Amino acid sequence: MHSRREWAWGYLLIAPMALGLAVFYLWPIAQTLYLSMTESGVFGGYTWVGTANFADLFTDEEMYGALGNTLLYSVLVLAGVPLSIVVAALLNVPGLRGLSIYRTLYFLPVVTMPAAVGLTWSYLFNGDFGAINHVLGTVGIDGPYWLGDPDFAIYAIAVVGIWSSIGYNAVLFLAGLQGIPRHYYEAAEIDGAGRLRQFFRITLPLLTPTTFFVVVITMINALQVFDLVYLMIDLKSPALEGSRTIVYLFYETGFVQNQRGLAAAIAVILLVLILVLTAIQFRLQKKWVHYE
Amino acid sequence: MRFRLPLACLAGLTVMAAGCGSSSQPEASGKATISYAIWDKNDQASAEKIISAFQQANPDVTVKLEITPWDQYWTKLQTAASGGAAPDVFWMNSLNVRMYAKGGIITPIEESKAQGLPPAVVDGYRYDGKLYGLPHNVSIPALWYDKKLFDAAGVAYPTADWTWDDVKAAAKKLTDPSKKQFGILAHMWDQGAFYPTMLQAGGHVLSQDGKKSGFDDPASIQGLEYWTGMIKDKVGPVAEVYADTDPITLFQSGKYGMLYGGVWFAPTFWANPEIRERIDVAPLPAGPGKEAVILLGLANAVSAKSEHPKESAAFAEFVTSEQAQKILSDTGGGSLSLRDGTQEGWFKAFPSFHLKETYNASMPYGVPYPVSLNTAQWQDVQNKLLAEAWAGKRPVADVAKEIATQMNEILAKE
Repeated sequence: MHSRREWAWGYLLIAPMALGLAVFYLWPIAQTLYLSMTESGVFGGYTWVGTANFADLFTDEEMYGALGNTLLYSVLVLAGVPLSIVVAALLNVPGLRGLSIYRTLYFLPVVTMPAAVGLTWSYLFNGDFGAINHVLGTVGIDGPYWLGDPDFAIYAIAVVGIWSSIGYNAVLFLAGLQGIPRHYYEAAEIDGAGRLRQFFRITLPLLTPTTFFVVVITMINALQVFDLVYLMIDLKSPALEGSRTIVYLFYETGFVQNQRGLAAAIAVILLVLILVLTAIQFRLQKKWVHYE
Repeated sequence: MRFRLPLACLAGLTVMAAGCGSSSQPEASGKATISYAIWDKNDQASAEKIISAFQQANPDVTVKLEITPWDQYWTKLQTAASGGAAPDVFWMNSLNVRMYAKGGIITPIEESKAQGLPPAVVDGYRYDGKLYGLPHNVSIPALWYDKKLFDAAGVAYPTADWTWDDVKAAAKKLTDPSKKQFGILAHMWDQGAFYPTMLQAGGHVLSQDGKKSGFDDPASIQGLEYWTGMIKDKVGPVAEVYADTDPITLFQSGKYGMLYGGVWFAPTFWANPEIRERIDVAPLPAGPGKEAVILLGLANAVSAKSEHPKESAAFAEFVTSEQAQKILSDTGGGSLSLRDGTQEGWFKAFPSFHLKETYNASMPYGVPYPVSLNTAQWQDVQNKLLAEAWAGKRPVADVAKEIATQMNEILAKE
């Protein structure tokens, strides 16, 4: 019974992880699913309502608005990914002086509390006293109320989102870059390829596995954005409609309006959305990701 | 510990003699520790003093103060309450009290304990004919104004006789676009700003029985238009401004003539000597319909699941007692005490502000804050839709009618 013992060992070794997953992920997911089919009392007590919550949501303009805002935000943040590649490539230049200082600087936003990030940027974006409008003012541009205007708010928040993700993504890209064998570049140099050509023909293609990973992670994070919006946009702000994301709507429904069942349904919709978009990305990766 | 019993009695007697007038001293049934949850750090000093006074009178009871910031307070409390682990005594507001009373989280309090407190505040804590919280402070909205700007424009300071027209006229004179200076801040705020004007125009927010919205009442709409009109006439800055900077901060920049604010802003303004000198406060101006000031008070509620119900009730009662109310006032924190005659200390803490006059002129017109079972739900709708009117995207009347429709749906489900 040698093999059975081996199996047992295997299960034993994955047990902590599996247990953690079951307790902290699977069970809450199951509960959320159940909750989404109920109308819940504020202090417990549920009545089964079937799919009524979802039916409510599918006819709710706010839900579609939040979906639109979330997708727009995700696209904007994804569009910031190339920036991380550029930063990583610059940090990877051989013999760069003060490399660790640059790395620290770019990574700082990642380890900074979102609350601090949100508040600091709110000050920068302030329409009357903010640094951004002050700078714009010196060149004669009358800056808008970035966070008070529904047409600008989501873009302003996306800027912060991109800014805070550059460091994390750049570190990943840096690891990817350093994993590319040097002999490709040596061979290319002998063939007379310039730096730019090397970048586009060697670096980018060999970086695609990292890019894929970064894109998937960034998208999942972006779809769940809440803290920045919560910190920068007040519930009474005129910009709320233009910047409310799915998780913000979830918060508002569940914790401001005390409609727990409906909020759970929103969470389920977000879960499905993330699953579908991630599945699509995994399908598409065959077309553009090159593994060595 | 047998010798503790007479001591506690003795201490209890002293309190009674001191005018506390409490008849329900906790039975000395051994040591008890009760928890007391509040959200405002500004009230920490007074709360600690009140606790120590209570403990002196009740040596067997220990009160543990827990401060949770407002942003997490209700979420934390709801979670704890759902699990049957709510604090023994905790701060409650009239927005939430019905929900907690209906959910059986808090326990009713004898009507007699609230004697001598203003009905406009106490009534906010009634549900189903019973009282569920003992209010201990009162927040009165008032008109703050910048004397320096008034002097410069040659406008007389606001008085208790001011009406909407006086405000509008003054706002116009105080506005100076070339200096980016505005007559008034027209931020979207319920208790101190648009609820009072809705009432002052003769409208209402919620019907008497709490079943119908009053937003579609033409007078209510007029009350809302008072504010959007200020923005439209450019005597108040556009709605986006308030989203960026807190009106309290804006007002202190010295570029705004008037601010509908609370008397509880006093400690904030007083903290800055330069601001302290240039501003003062007056009662809310009267509208075309009537005078009305929305009063709101915080209360202490007692958990229905408390292991020490007697001690908890006694403590909640003590916080509202004259002795504790005096401590609250004399500490000069953020709270104005509720019991008539105990406020002197608080007024004296900010001598140049006309807070006493404002208090005296406002209390007779006190109206309870409008609440139903799940107030937060329709207020969320109200805020979202009004934001569109404030931003000038939709006419106030349209928005008000839509609020009424949605609000009535929510109220019907309660």
